[in-house]
Amino acid sequence: MKAAGFFMLVAGWAIVLASMPLLGSMRLLTLFVLAGLGVEIIGLVLVVRSHFFLEDETG
Amino acid sequence: MTNLPPSTLAEGASIICAVCILLIPLAAGGLALLNAGLGRSRSAAHTMLASVCILSVAAIMYFVCGFAVQGFTGQPTHTLTAGGKRWDWIGAAPFFLRKFELDGSPASLAAVFSMLCVGLAALVPLGAAAERWRLRAICASTALLAGFTFPLFAHWVWGGGWLAQLSVNYRLGHGFIDVGGSSCIQIVGGLTALSIVWILGPRRGKYSSSQLPNAIPAHSGVFVVFGSMLCWAGWLGLNSAGAILFGGAAPGQTVLVVVNTTLAAASAGLAALVITGLRFGRPDASLTCNGWIGGLVASSAGCLFIKPAEAVVVGAIAGVLVTYAVEWFEFGLRIDDPGGSISAHAVGGTWGLLAAGMFARFPAGSNIAAAQSGSDSGQFLAQLIGVATLIGFVLPATYGLNLLLNRFVPYRVSLEGERQGMDLHELGADAYPEFVVHTEEFIQR
Repeated sequence: MKAAGFFMLVAGWAIVLASMPLLGSMRLLTLFVLAGLGVEIIGLVLVVRSHFFLEDETG
Repeated sequence: MTNLPPSTLAEGASIICAVCILLIPLAAGGLALLNAGLGRSRSAAHTMLASVCILSVAAIMYFVCGFAVQGFTGQPTHTLTAGGKRWDWIGAAPFFLRKFELDGSPASLAAVFSMLCVGLAALVPLGAAAERWRLRAICASTALLAGFTFPLFAHWVWGGGWLAQLSVNYRLGHGFIDVGGSSCIQIVGGLTALSIVWILGPRRGKYSSSQLPNAIPAHSGVFVVFGSMLCWAGWLGLNSAGAILFGGAAPGQTVLVVVNTTLAAASAGLAALVITGLRFGRPDASLTCNGWIGGLVASSAGCLFIKPAEAVVVGAIAGVLVTYAVEWFEFGLRIDDPGGSISAHAVGGTWGLLAAGMFARFPAGSNIAAAQSGSDSGQFLAQLIGVATLIGFVLPATYGLNLLLNRFVPYRVSLEGERQGMDLHELGADAYPEFVVHTEEFIQR
């Protein structure tokens, strides 16, 4: 779960980066930046939850 | 025209900038005192010594390779071309500050400024990881931050990198703006703190078997409050020097920076004081000081571009956010951060960046507008892209690199060391040996 979370963090950033050279209109760019941030937030949730499980396992 | 720092400064601006830079070590001293005060007495000397080690390692690593990675306007850089636009990724100056004149030019002032700022950024994780982070590991992690993470992001923001050039390449406002280092210093430090806390885990006894946190009170409220006041003086220098170097501010405009920084800290401190007073029946000194620091952190990004009334709003919201974030991290996310560093620096800094996007104004015809080319539209989006970069690049990179380093230099102190306290275990002496003498005075002989 932790690896998936960090992968989503990087994937969200990649969406933001890719949107800049690929999209011309400001509206689309805004949408894609927000989408990238959304993916990052899901990744953050996964990373946080993975540390819950790690702590539960190790006591 | 690009959104780049000026290549020359008037003599008056250089002198004022140099004086402001000299105030920055006060912020480092303040953070060290704050971190020591918020921990237990049995690790106080360790925290203070670790702070000195952090500042030393950070300065040397920045000299060795940090400035080469960060660079400055007019210095060699590595670039990529994507979609017909030039993306400036990383500095390519020689290591050890070779072929670089320390002559009072903006580039040399930026080098000194950053050399002090990198120590400040590296002090942030110490507050979060206190009482369980070994000294050797602290030095190794600081080397990583000072040699790679901080300079790389600082290049993107202050060295004319791709974030600063968002205005030129994609017409996003005036590019990513952060004159005082809310992102480069504070959020980079805060995210490093989060990574290290995840790697270390909580202190022994912090969480019960039912995962409820136990209170481990700060050992010196005086250190905490005095540290916060020292930080204020340091931040005035930090924001003013940053405004001159990276915002194109004239010497007279540092007055606005000082007023905004002070108002943001004051409103943040008062907001935290009122909230803790209402919620707990009496004000909480450590949370109030965390709120104060959160206000200072939030003020950094846009201190040159907002009005004093807006600084009050920015600070008050930072104070509220930091107060609730401390509790949320401790109770909700089970993150043991004794110094409140992640809340004050990462949360406060993120709010500061977004607030700069919302409130920043660039009067046409002013020297600020000339230095920060572009239009006002799209500024918030530029700030959002910066935040996405911090979460999507800096956090994974910092976590991965520190996890790797943890395999070679174990971060966490042994169980016995944690029981004894870091002072006795790693330094062989307590911070307050006279406490023992006082105890013995009550023993009948």
